[in-house]
Order: sequence, then structure tokens, then C-alpha cells
Amino acid sequence: MSVGPDAPAPGAGPFAGLRIWWTMLVISIEERLVYRGDFALGTLMRFLPIVTQVFLWTAVFSATSRGDIAGYSRNDIVAYYLLTMLSRAFSSMPGLATGIARSIRDGSIKKFLVQPVDYVSFLFASRIAHKLVYYVVAAAPFALVFFVCRSFFPPLPDAMTVAAFGAALGLSFLLGFFLEATLGMLGFWFLEISSLVFGYMLVQYLLSGHMFPIDMLAGIPSGIPGTSLADVVSWLPFQFTAYFPAAVWLGKIQGAELGRMLLVEAGWVVVLAIGCRFAWRRGTRRYSAFGG
Amino acid sequence: MAAVFTYTHQMHNAAVAVGKAGPLTQPVTQPVIQVAGLAKEYRVFDKPEGLSASVRALFHRQSRLVEAVRGVDLEVGRGEFVALLGPNGAGKTTLLKILSGIITPTRGAATVLGHVPWERADDFRRRFALVMGQRNQLWWDLPAAESFRLHQEIYRIEPTRFARTRDELVDLLGVRKLILQPVRELSLGERMKLELVASLLHEPEVLFLDEPTIGLDVVAQHTIHAFLRHVQEERRMTVILTTHYMKDVAALCKRLVVITGGEILYDGSLAEIVDRFTTHKIVTLDLDAEPDPARIARLGFPCEVRGPRVVLRIDRTRIADALPELLRDAGVLDVSVEDVPLEEIVAELFRSAARRSQAEEATP
Repeated sequence: MSVGPDAPAPGAGPFAGLRIWWTMLVISIEERLVYRGDFALGTLMRFLPIVTQVFLWTAVFSATSRGDIAGYSRNDIVAYYLLTMLSRAFSSMPGLATGIARSIRDGSIKKFLVQPVDYVSFLFASRIAHKLVYYVVAAAPFALVFFVCRSFFPPLPDAMTVAAFGAALGLSFLLGFFLEATLGMLGFWFLEISSLVFGYMLVQYLLSGHMFPIDMLAGIPSGIPGTSLADVVSWLPFQFTAYFPAAVWLGKIQGAELGRMLLVEAGWVVVLAIGCRFAWRRGTRRYSAFGG
Repeated sequence: MAAVFTYTHQMHNAAVAVGKAGPLTQPVTQPVIQVAGLAKEYRVFDKPEGLSASVRALFHRQSRLVEAVRGVDLEVGRGEFVALLGPNGAGKTTLLKILSGIITPTRGAATVLGHVPWERADDFRRRFALVMGQRNQLWWDLPAAESFRLHQEIYRIEPTRFARTRDELVDLLGVRKLILQPVRELSLGERMKLELVASLLHEPEVLFLDEPTIGLDVVAQHTIHAFLRHVQEERRMTVILTTHYMKDVAALCKRLVVITGGEILYDGSLAEIVDRFTTHKIVTLDLDAEPDPARIARLGFPCEVRGPRVVLRIDRTRIADALPELLRDAGVLDVSVEDVPLEEIVAELFRSAARRSQAEEATP
């Protein structure tokens, strides 16, 4: 309402929110394009760790006479790592938590208290922009690597599996976003969250399947009678950010189990989205009371 | 409680309305900003010096309450341009933050445009703007035009109106060429001008400016003064400005609120503060030669000699008598009579407030 208290807001209506969101998205894309060089380099760098993983597992397999380890052949392992890279391309949110914490600390968060705009929506739009630009830049190197490594992969799965894989990736983006955004909002309570973020990354690396396929934990007892470590980890949100989409593609999870896991993932997305809102509300209230 | 010289604003409004009685009379409107008994306390943690004390502080932190704002009453009518003055830490920015809804007060009430600011209703947030000196609302890596476009959507500004307002503001500040250049490449003054454009695009009814001219050169300051004056008059916008520069105040504001230690010390017109707080005028005489000390002593006023120029402080009640006497003295080439500079008056106000609060602390 720019005219007066009684004038109707121009451009109001059901699509106004969507239009703001769209503009935020477009502007964020423009901003990300400023950093295209950094993006291209970052994409290339991401392929380096995988080379070491492939060498490591080649050594492991040559040291053992077994053809597979916990159900994974050498080819499976290489395919698995490449697929987790794809999962991570959706679920990882570089700089999201630390960025939120920084803007709380340096006060630039005030803008979102003063302007009639929702911070979480803004973060979401800019993160989608971030991802879209990343995919454009990373598509070619990804395609090249997958093409070169095509012999490691099993034959293409059926359409249902491919659809479930797509859903798992989409949900992993949402899950990663809300998880990191909530983490970042802890900055309202702690001056510095970098150790927290570091701890999170460590847990994430271990339990997401980024380091090794988490079904390898199936034989390890968790301490709770009748449950293995893999069972415990399967209820946590982390596995959805790396292991789960890869396992779906490789046909490790099928049928009713697949449906159940997708529901668990969706459930985590809802829980974390609510958690993120809650943290924002409580955090801004605290920020307001404490002094801005 | 310090002495408060209250400028009864409602009475002033009423008087204006009565004076203009006739078909054009505007009804006496509710003040745009109303503040009553507003207070804000912060808990700050003291970190004692030394390692052992730091370790102890891990388990038991020493904290105390700091009152940034204590019991402020203020009313601002539509179209007023108010300067908020005070030394660093006086509570000016805290007050602005409360009025713009960034922080919640500990006690007291406030309404801005009929809304409680810290409820942060979108309807309220579309009708005001806050510009904080160095804080960026523009996207650092993009041209300002992009940020303007985002503001258009956020504030739901109708496209033709947006284009017209943007062009007008940009031309007034002479920054049309700059809006397509990435913000990070601009100078501080240029950025500040574009910040102002961004915050005025949605034609806010209330504008809070926190030190808008800090660090800017004289030319940029003048441009911004002229711009703010023009826009404020044209839109009848209500503006509260905090600043440390008396030039800002003199150029822009008719009303002055001096705040020290979280309390309002003076609230009134600019002219009145000079009247009320100065007892003398500054008279400068240019003589034909460097004066000899005996001659200076004859003048009989406290003075300062700079070459052939003598600066005297003369009691205001005596000025009419003193001037002819001074001019009769041969050898006066030129004379000027001025008020004590605003800086000095305000500095003295700050100092006396500081002395008073020290005295209060000494005698609990």
C-alpha cells in the first residue's frame, strides 16, 4: 500500500506472492551469474575426491578375494559414488547456514524485518537460483564423467524407479535446504555457529552415505536390541541427502520399502520446514528483544 | 529525570488549523508517530579482564542491565521533519529501531501510522522506510536497477507509477547513469544516493534516516539535503533523522529532539533552542591593525584575538548598547554579529547532561 491506508494495494492478489518470488529468483540468477567462473572451477574440483575414492576401493577389492563387499561389487561402488555426487548436487547447500548466521551477526537480517518480504521464501528462491546456475555450468562435466564411467553402471532401471529417483532427488533438495536453513538460524542464539556447522558436516559425511554406502552398517548392532546401526541411520534425515537416491537408482531399495522410505523423506521435509519457520519466529523474537 | 522542554505539538497543529480557518481547513489529524513511556533495557555481559577471570566467567557470567531508552514520550505529526540529536550511545538508533519494528521495547507504547511497529504487519511495512547509513539494501554485485525492480515487487508498486517515481528520484539526485552499474563499483556517496532512491520508491509515508550523510563529502551532502527537502515537502512525508552533523539539522529540520542517556532533553524548534540555551552573541570585529592589549582590555568583554580580527562574546541583553560603543572606536573596518553556532549549543547540552548524570551516580 503505497498511497494511503485505504487504497487497495496495486498488484495484490493470489499471484502477488508468486511474482515477488519469481523476481527474487530471476535476480538471484543474475547475481549467481556474476560468479560463474568460481562456479565452473568449483564444479571441476568436486570431481577430484571421487577419483581418490575410486582408487581406494580398487585397492580394497584387489586386497580381498571376494567379488563383493556388503553386496557391492567394484563396479557398484564406482556407480554408487558417482550417483551420490548427483544426490549431493541437489541436497548440498554450500554457505547457506553460515550465510544466515553471518547476516544475523552483521545485522543485514534487519532488512527482512523492515521490508514486507519473507526471509525463508527469499532464501529458497535464491537457493533455487544457485542450483539452477550450478546445473547449467555443471551439466557438461557431469555428462562427460557419467559417459566415461558408463560401464560401471547396471542397465537403465525401469520408468518407476527413474521416477522414484527423481522424487528422491527433488525431496533431497528440500530436505537439505530446510536442514541447513534451520541450522543457520541457530545463529540467533549463538554468536558463532561455525563449529556447529563443522560438527554437522562431519555427522552428515558419515551418516549420509557420502563416505560409504550406509547399508554396510547393517551388521553392526546399534545397542538397541534387534536393531542394527543401519536401521537407526535409516530413520535419520541424513541418508536422504546422498545414499537414498543412489540406492534407488541401483535398485537396492524397491517396492513397498521404496514407498515407505519416500514417505519418511517427505515427513522429514515437513518436520524440517516447520522447524525452520519455528526457529525463524523464535529467533526474530529473541533478536528483537535482545537488541537487533 | 532531566528537565524536559516539551513542544506541545498538538497545540501547534491546532493553532495552525485555527489560523487557516475556512473551507480549506484540514482537520487536526492524529499524530503519525505516538510514543509514550517507551523504554528499552539490554542485558549486557561484562567480561572481566585476565585469564582466570575469563575462566570463572565461563561458569558465572556477570551481567547488568543497560537502559538504552528510558521513558521517552514523543508525538510527531504528518509532514514533520524531525532531527534526533544526541551523543553516541544516547539511544537515538535504538529509538529508530523500535519505531521501525526491528526491536521490541521493554516498556511503553508506540504507534506509527496506527500500527504497533514491532508486530511487523505487512500493511505497516509497506508504508514506511528505514535507511541505516552504511547498511546495504541494494544487491552488492548487481546494478541498482535490479534492486529497484525487486522493491517494485516487494512493495507491489504498479508498473507505470514505479517507472515514474524511479525516474523522478534518480533525476533529482543526478544518478541516472549509475543505476546500471554494479553497486560494488560505486563510491560511498553514490551508493547512499541509490539507497535513498530504493527506500523512497514505494512512496513511504514515514521515513527513518539513521545518519544518512555520514562520511560523505560536502557536495554529496548538499545534494542529499536538497533532495530530501524537495521530496519531503512534495509528499508531505514524515521524517525522523538522526545525525551528528548540525548542517543536516540546519538544512532540513524545523524541529529538534535532543536525547541523552535515553531521555529527551529538549524537544522544540530550531530557533527556540538558540533562544533558550544561549546567553550571548558572537561579535567579530575586523580592525585596521593588530590591536594592542590595552585597547582590547578597554572593550571589556571576554574575547579572542586572531591578528587584526577580534572575536567577542557579548551578552544578548547588552548587544544593542555595546555595538554603537564598539563601532565608535576608530579603526573598525568590518563587524558581524552571529548566534552561537548550533554545534556549540548542542555540545553544551550534551556536556551538561553528562555532568548531571555523573552527579546523580555519585549521590545515590
